[in-house]
Amino acid sequence: MRTTPFTTEHDALRASIRRFVEDELAPHAREWEEDGWIADWVWPRMGELGLLGLSVPEEYGGQGGDYWSTVVLAEELTRCGSGSLPMAIGVQTDMATPPILQFGTEQQKQDYLVPAMQGTKIASIGISEPDAGSDVRAIRTRARPDGDGWVLNGSKTYITNGVRADFVTMVVRTADADPGDPWGGISLFLIETDLPGFEVAAKLDKVGMRASDTALLHLEDVPVPGDALLGTVHEGFKQIMWQLQGERLIGAIGGVAGAWRTWESALAYTREREAFGRPISGFQVTRHTLVDLATEIEAAQALVYEACDAWNRGEYDVERVAMCKLVAAQLAFKVADTSMQLHGGYGYSREFDVERNWRDSRLARIGGGADEVQREIISKLMGL
Amino acid sequence: MKIIVPVKRTPDTAAEKVIGDDRTVDRDAGESVLCPVNEFSIEEAVRLKESQDAEVTVLLVGPESAQSTVRKALSYGLDGGLQVTDDAIAGSDALGTARVIAKALESREWDLVIFGNQSTDARTCLVPAAVAELLGVPSLTYARHLEVEGDTVTVHREHEEGWDVVEAQLPAIVSVVEAINEPRYPSFKGIMAAKSKPLDVVSLADLGVSADEVGAGNAAATMYEFEPRPPKEAGTVVEDDGSGAAAAQLADWMVDKKFA
Repeated sequence: MRTTPFTTEHDALRASIRRFVEDELAPHAREWEEDGWIADWVWPRMGELGLLGLSVPEEYGGQGGDYWSTVVLAEELTRCGSGSLPMAIGVQTDMATPPILQFGTEQQKQDYLVPAMQGTKIASIGISEPDAGSDVRAIRTRARPDGDGWVLNGSKTYITNGVRADFVTMVVRTADADPGDPWGGISLFLIETDLPGFEVAAKLDKVGMRASDTALLHLEDVPVPGDALLGTVHEGFKQIMWQLQGERLIGAIGGVAGAWRTWESALAYTREREAFGRPISGFQVTRHTLVDLATEIEAAQALVYEACDAWNRGEYDVERVAMCKLVAAQLAFKVADTSMQLHGGYGYSREFDVERNWRDSRLARIGGGADEVQREIISKLMGL
Repeated sequence: MKIIVPVKRTPDTAAEKVIGDDRTVDRDAGESVLCPVNEFSIEEAVRLKESQDAEVTVLLVGPESAQSTVRKALSYGLDGGLQVTDDAIAGSDALGTARVIAKALESREWDLVIFGNQSTDARTCLVPAAVAELLGVPSLTYARHLEVEGDTVTVHREHEEGWDVVEAQLPAIVSVVEAINEPRYPSFKGIMAAKSKPLDVVSLADLGVSADEVGAGNAAATMYEFEPRPPKEAGTVVEDDGSGAAAAQLADWMVDKKFA
């Protein structure tokens, strides 16, 4: 009896992706980490394989699959030996482009979504600013009307794929905050990165996710055509709140799958490593540690899969999604930290992947809405 | 153009094998896969499908449970399947298998048949040529390059010293080696579409094959005994101590082994 949400077709997809990840991505993970740069060919190659639009309708270059096919990709990418790559691809497929499919015009879908699915255009999502992160209403990047178009000024920071992006799905203020409509005055734009006045001001140095390029962007009098507006003017806040659900859910899926990978390698190490005349997996303290983690990962996975099932039916529950993000982010780091402990000196050494995973997984508790932000969302929705 | 690609379900080479009392591999005991060599023959057919609008059918001789292998082959974008399933086929040798494949091919229209040069389980390399002989059509084996122009097929036939350019009129039978291409991964679209591709399952009687031409009891080859391949022996290690002696040692070794 099949108790998983995955069909035999999903299993076949998983086998195909696993082979691609093991043969074509994993051998380069270390080199990308050292270079601070995932090779550019990854995007068009994944586009060619149809992996950048698994859940996108076929008419826009996607594979027409359900959300579970996206789950399969997110889970299998955790086998590549780099936290950066699933994040960079997740930005492309599940953060920067879903708003185009959801809110975009036919022309915008052809101009941005189709090439993003093919991997010929690299996408970023631009929300955070030097003085505003999860407090989206505080953003200062401003678009003022200019003839048929707009002129943009401001800064965006911590932008994944931002150094190499061809376009940024950007959250911009288009009108002053109105006390009567605190959520209004914000709009989404599709900003091409080769416009005059658009500058990659810095490639940011980070603790982890070092193979992923993270940018500080400056916009100075950037002329933007009228058709760059994505969705409805001044309605961007609602639109980005919708976008964040998909972003958090895909992050949670990757977090849980990553926790499993880490757990598996920790188990393998404890069976190999001997101390006091036996493998350390022979000590009760080790076994119980692994059992506790496995139990927590199973529980988190059940919660995340439930949210995925709802998402697949076109429904979402903001509270549940925030819970998924919170638990998965905390768990991914906890498992990585415990794995480092189990590995001892080897875990702390730069020679092995344990420390890389520890550094990479730490981001999940901050990016995409920090733990504290998720707790606030849950607390509000619970009416506490 | 109509192309038929015969494929085989083989035990996963990485998996543990169970040999039954009948001295054949128990195919249901371990993980089975689409024979990896077939990925190259399928890829070549898909390329012809893309460049010349060919219609490609996959052909499999095997038990009912091998249907997932046919679907897997279809997921690469092939058009339909033909599966020959009959209990009497069990234990057939290369010749028996060739008889069944030849009859199955006779039941369809085709211009080109693309085999893998061998299967990863038996590795006899006999079936493609045997089928061509039974059907009286040209056999172009060990192709590392394949081209079809009009009704002529040209291959680069690989051998120890390089390759020969060989051509024949269609219909013809080709077998390909792994150097011929870089197989693609099936796309999710292809995987989903494979479910609904037409698949005909036929018996020996449907093909007009008599049960006394096939199966273990009618095999021309008989297996008497087998043993695992002996473990690999350690090779010769030449250490370089910086004096240049290693180069001389290496040269002697090459002369000794007749490489030079």
